[in-house]
Amino acid sequence: MAAIYNPRYETIAREELQQLQLERLQATINRCYKNVPFYRRRLEALGMEPEDFQSLDDLRQLPFTTKQDLRDSYPYDLVALPLREVVRFHLSSGTTGSPTVIAYTANDLAHWTELVARNLVAGEITREDVVQIFFGYGLFSGGFGLHQGAEAIGASVLPVSEAELPQQVKIMQDFRSTALIGMPSYALAIAEAMEAAGVDANSLSLRVGLFGAEPWSEERRQAIEERLHIRAYDIYGLSEMGGPGVSGECPERCGLHLAEDHYLVEVVDPATGEPLPEGEEGELVFTTLTKEALPLLRYRSGDLSALDSAPCACGRTVARMRRVCCRTDDMVIIHGINVFPADVATVLASFPEVSEHFQLVVEQVGVLDELEVRVELAPQFFSDTIRGLEGLEQEIADKIRANLGVGVAVKLVEPKTIERSIGKAKRVLDLRDKE
Amino acid sequence: MSLLLTLSGVNTFYDRLHVLKGASLHVNEGEIVALLGANGAGKTTTLRTVCGLLRPASGQVSFAGQSIVGRSPEALVRLGITQVPEGRQIFGPLSVQDNLLLGAYGRGRRAQRTEVPGDLARVFELFPVLAERRHERGGSLSGGQQQMLAMGRALMARPRLLLLDEPCLGLAPLVARQIMETIVALRAQGTTILLVEQNARAALRIADRGYVMETGKVVLEGTSEELVRNKDVRRAYLGKDYDEV
Repeated sequence: MAAIYNPRYETIAREELQQLQLERLQATINRCYKNVPFYRRRLEALGMEPEDFQSLDDLRQLPFTTKQDLRDSYPYDLVALPLREVVRFHLSSGTTGSPTVIAYTANDLAHWTELVARNLVAGEITREDVVQIFFGYGLFSGGFGLHQGAEAIGASVLPVSEAELPQQVKIMQDFRSTALIGMPSYALAIAEAMEAAGVDANSLSLRVGLFGAEPWSEERRQAIEERLHIRAYDIYGLSEMGGPGVSGECPERCGLHLAEDHYLVEVVDPATGEPLPEGEEGELVFTTLTKEALPLLRYRSGDLSALDSAPCACGRTVARMRRVCCRTDDMVIIHGINVFPADVATVLASFPEVSEHFQLVVEQVGVLDELEVRVELAPQFFSDTIRGLEGLEQEIADKIRANLGVGVAVKLVEPKTIERSIGKAKRVLDLRDKE
Repeated sequence: MSLLLTLSGVNTFYDRLHVLKGASLHVNEGEIVALLGANGAGKTTTLRTVCGLLRPASGQVSFAGQSIVGRSPEALVRLGITQVPEGRQIFGPLSVQDNLLLGAYGRGRRAQRTEVPGDLARVFELFPVLAERRHERGGSLSGGQQQMLAMGRALMARPRLLLLDEPCLGLAPLVARQIMETIVALRAQGTTILLVEQNARAALRIADRGYVMETGKVVLEGTSEELVRNKDVRRAYLGKDYDEV
């Protein structure tokens, strides 16, 4: 049987797990009530006290915490402890206009490290591996998160971060890297650079890869495995829950094992917010069970998935979540940066030359994902010169880059050429991995 | 590891005073679990609820898979739960040996004949000083020896779960250390232990996990290592100054 990093908790009896979850949930609610005015006000508004939560189901009486709540509390309002007890911050990847903050105590960092170590071991990484990490190191939690976990299991870590592709290939050759960790789109870019340089995958020592931080299809997994000659595993996390380490695949590859001793996970109907029965697809909602610096109750992730708590052939008893392929809010992830259509709309609204009708088109150009913003010209500006239009496209693209931190191509189109849909606008056209 | 004791959402009152407010905790077979908290946090009430001296108004208490709410303290001793109360409460006029034999009171006549002598010998082995003074009055023992007597008496009931309420209260440091070492030895012999102790540092040194209680509620659960690393715990229970942590 494959290795398990922490059998005590990864193979815990479901009965003990539920008891532990209840205890930790109550302790978390008690601390939120005592230390976080935002949550105290919420409970008071409901006429509730912490002792009213006496079973796991009682949690459902609480309203959700949303991305907007986190933005409104920027930077310190949800931090449950004095800053002298915080030892690290990370910021969510994404828009620079309104980022969200995650804070960590020493215990939070220790837990985070352990949870990532669980994912690494589940993904067949051992102390014998030379691990090349090309997640960004910085405010984004991906690089540091994987790095700490890989060191904890004793692997030899190369923190290559977002180095240029030729350098990634050179390091892979020189150090005989055996494991790759980073974004799947970037893994493909490395494969491309490798092929362009005439490097044969057979001449490398690569064995395995753990990829995440953006949704990726089975087709993309196959492409990565074939081109890099590795076995590719999916890992999942979100910065609001501390970053990577929330769940990861085991060799059975039948879903991602959740760290249920640290997160209480619900699946709800994205439209009504009602809890769904196990196995049905809905929005993942997370409650932290051990976080000291930034506990969150019922955080809506926006990610769609389904849970399965049947035991896995690998021996783990914690529930598995299906791989995330879509979101509830049309958020797209480009080069690891979260792009919300609403933020693009805000930028477009500052240009009187364009209308409110726009669409985000995600395409695979070579191996990299590129985002194109197609927007209709306002009817009164339609007769402008080509030169003027090109200048406007560049101006909009620059402003989007300045505000959202992501490079896009802007394409102006004639009025009434973007498909209108009834109800919610179909803002995103995803052309990746489509034949 | 399997669950031995489980409390979930337990509410306990003294008359109309709401002391335990939806408390949940568990002890796995073979664990030493520490219960920390200031005076009045509900630690002793938790122990008294487990051993049947107090009946919870609501919530679940189960032991080895069965609900024990409403069982009498005697029935619970027979089931395997024995408490060593705060302040020892030994019988002063009785001899040390008689105090110990009283601990086996609830066991059948057959056991009295076949098992109790051996158990008595084991207690004397664990606490040699009790053997030396077996015929002296319990009341003549020092504080530390009385604590050993109280623990020895509890062991005579062959508990699966031993509840210890402040076993080191008022003891000299050296004696307190001896008591703690005995607790570790008991666990090694298969006894599971739930320990209430004011001396958080000493308790966390021997415990696997711990709970921090405040005003009848659990505010923190974690391994001893995690609790020692928590700055609130360090300040409140490990006697560290604000400047030190």
